[in-house]
Amino acid sequence: METKIHTLVALVRDKPGVLNRIASLFRRRGFNIDSIAVGPSVETGLSRVTVGVSGSDAEVEQVRKQWEKVIDVVKVSDITSEPMVTRELALIKVKASRVERSEIIQIVDIFRANIIDVAHDSLTIEVTGDGNKLSSLYILLKDFGIKEIARTGRIAMTRGAGKPL
Amino acid sequence: MKISGAHIVCESFLKENVDVVFGYPGGAVLPFYDTLYQYDKIRHILVRHEQGAAHAADAYARVTGKVGVCIATSGPGATNLVTGIANAYLDSSPMVAITGQVARPFIGKDAFQEVDITGITLPITKHNYLVMKASDLPEIIKESFYLARTGRPGPVHIDIPRDVFTELAEFNYPDKVTFPGYKVKPQGHPTQIKKAAALINAAQQPVILAGRGVLVSNATGELKELVEKAQIPVITTLLGISCFPESHALSFGMIGMHGTAYANMAVDAADVVIAIGMRFDDRATGRISGFAPRAKIVHIDVDAAEIGKNVRVNVPIVGDVKHVLKSLNPLINESSRFAWITQLECWREEHPSTDIRECDGILPQYVINKIHEVTGGNATIVTGVGQNQMWSARYFWYNKPNSFISSGGLGTMGFELPAALGAKIGRPEENVWCVAGDGGFQMTIQELATIVQEKAAVKIAIINNGFLGMVRQWQELFYEKRYAATPLWSPDFVKIAEAYGIPGLRVTDKLQVLPAIQQAMEYDGPFLIDFVVEPEENIYPMVPPGASLAEIMEEPRETVHMGKNSSKHISNL
Repeated sequence: METKIHTLVALVRDKPGVLNRIASLFRRRGFNIDSIAVGPSVETGLSRVTVGVSGSDAEVEQVRKQWEKVIDVVKVSDITSEPMVTRELALIKVKASRVERSEIIQIVDIFRANIIDVAHDSLTIEVTGDGNKLSSLYILLKDFGIKEIARTGRIAMTRGAGKPL
Repeated sequence: MKISGAHIVCESFLKENVDVVFGYPGGAVLPFYDTLYQYDKIRHILVRHEQGAAHAADAYARVTGKVGVCIATSGPGATNLVTGIANAYLDSSPMVAITGQVARPFIGKDAFQEVDITGITLPITKHNYLVMKASDLPEIIKESFYLARTGRPGPVHIDIPRDVFTELAEFNYPDKVTFPGYKVKPQGHPTQIKKAAALINAAQQPVILAGRGVLVSNATGELKELVEKAQIPVITTLLGISCFPESHALSFGMIGMHGTAYANMAVDAADVVIAIGMRFDDRATGRISGFAPRAKIVHIDVDAAEIGKNVRVNVPIVGDVKHVLKSLNPLINESSRFAWITQLECWREEHPSTDIRECDGILPQYVINKIHEVTGGNATIVTGVGQNQMWSARYFWYNKPNSFISSGGLGTMGFELPAALGAKIGRPEENVWCVAGDGGFQMTIQELATIVQEKAAVKIAIINNGFLGMVRQWQELFYEKRYAATPLWSPDFVKIAEAYGIPGLRVTDKLQVLPAIQQAMEYDGPFLIDFVVEPEENIYPMVPPGASLAEIMEEPRETVHMGKNSSKHISNL
């Protein structure tokens, strides 16, 4: 069976321990979370959780159903096969001597990223995009020496006027 | 008017028609017990170990169909409940477990008898709560009982800090619950039901696999209607036992590792398997890749996540068994399926899994068989786990729903005695027999005291073979008879019983089996019989671990017909 990364989007009740319930379920059933992002949803009292999980279609469907059984979880959708946009954000602190600085700025421009902090020997870059874009930028910046990186989980939304979650 | 959290719990119990609770007091639940003391309508049964409270509540729930309630204090009291909660979770038994917790200011401080019990019960409950305000209690208790009994039933755990019991709040019991994410869809999709009907009507060699879901959904009548209309042989899972009368001509015993040979052969040969309220446990299916290789599978279950979890399914129907069968039955054609049923009957004649070989000593099967004979089958049998469980499943014929009470999913040794207590409390008019192994009996032996204190007339049959029998059987068959840690010394059980004030008999002579059971039945109160049985008797047939149902091992010895066993079905044709 073909294994790929699926994108599951869930609405969950804003209750204490709800993330623990989700994490516990994934661990207990032996499913690996590739990435996770949590934030508010349109509805008050509900949070939106985006999880990347790798597995075959059948395995991920089992994840989805088990996840939906958690009482504080309202709905879980696998949107992998739908047209969608996904975004991640990364903050990258890269070593930058005076000589290298302009070269880095050029790369940052190409990637339409932003420089959000400048120090005498480093630059902090903020970049958003899909996972590939972030990884490509990372590879280019690696030559300069990366001091620190922080990266969010992936968030996703289906395109167009499709039914909202 | 404001009342205390403890009062709110008791008042909520009354709203939920709780009349029996099983529990054990302690520091953190003391304010609750002080309040419970004033409620005459709620009978509290003091167990001797919290595990017993959970098992008793579980069995009480299974025989009554009500939600079982157990109570323990914080820390060790709460952790002692854990096995019983897990047991109820795996067997979908409706239960509300209440634990005391240290007072709110002490939570997270490693206070005396503090443990993160909601963290511990999270993966073994349908849902759990830590109550941080007395005013939240009515809604939480309402939700807990609702969750425990609806959809796929299961245990719900409520952890209540000591100072929440004493905090004052208004008591307004909600009329209904609102769960945005919890939907019970009982009906089943009409299109799927039509597809299932078409598949069943076209089937030449169908079998029904009936599980505990039939009992939970109270659908034994609907199942019988389907079976008789379509003439489909019924095979049950271990926990499905008693969902279809075993005296019925179309009852073909149990599937699985220690199921009947003909049941397993039928599943192997079937062209359509109709799985009803069961979850394809590995002990039932054998090796999955070899399970029902010729069959298309219809799976009816209220839990959507069970569909396709273990076995590929051709027609899934998510819904309550009773509702689904009510819609399905009218679409089913009457049929005789004469050739197929004759085939199964032949297999049953050729592989009579219920026969007992001739033996001078006492065979465990013989004991169970005699309990059936003396009670006329009119008893609730509560078993331990292991060989005693399988012999009980196979050598007693169950006709009344929920008359076989056993720990299926978790396989909890020690379940038998407290569960028999719970069953007897739930069915005081009924004969309740606890069939225990000499190993499992000693795991919860202290509940003898509870049985005496509560005047629960449980009859106890110990199948005493001096071994942890099922493990020994595996050692004999798969570990070249290296009996590591299975020979088991036991005390004189009759003297133990006597110390508890329970009369008992030790039976070593085959001729004494029947009179001993009769004496137990005639005695008005609990009674214990220690049956000293053949030490190395095995339970057959057996599907070896990792094998498919078709690769069943049958008893290697000569079997002799005992009359009654083979006439079980014939007399009811």
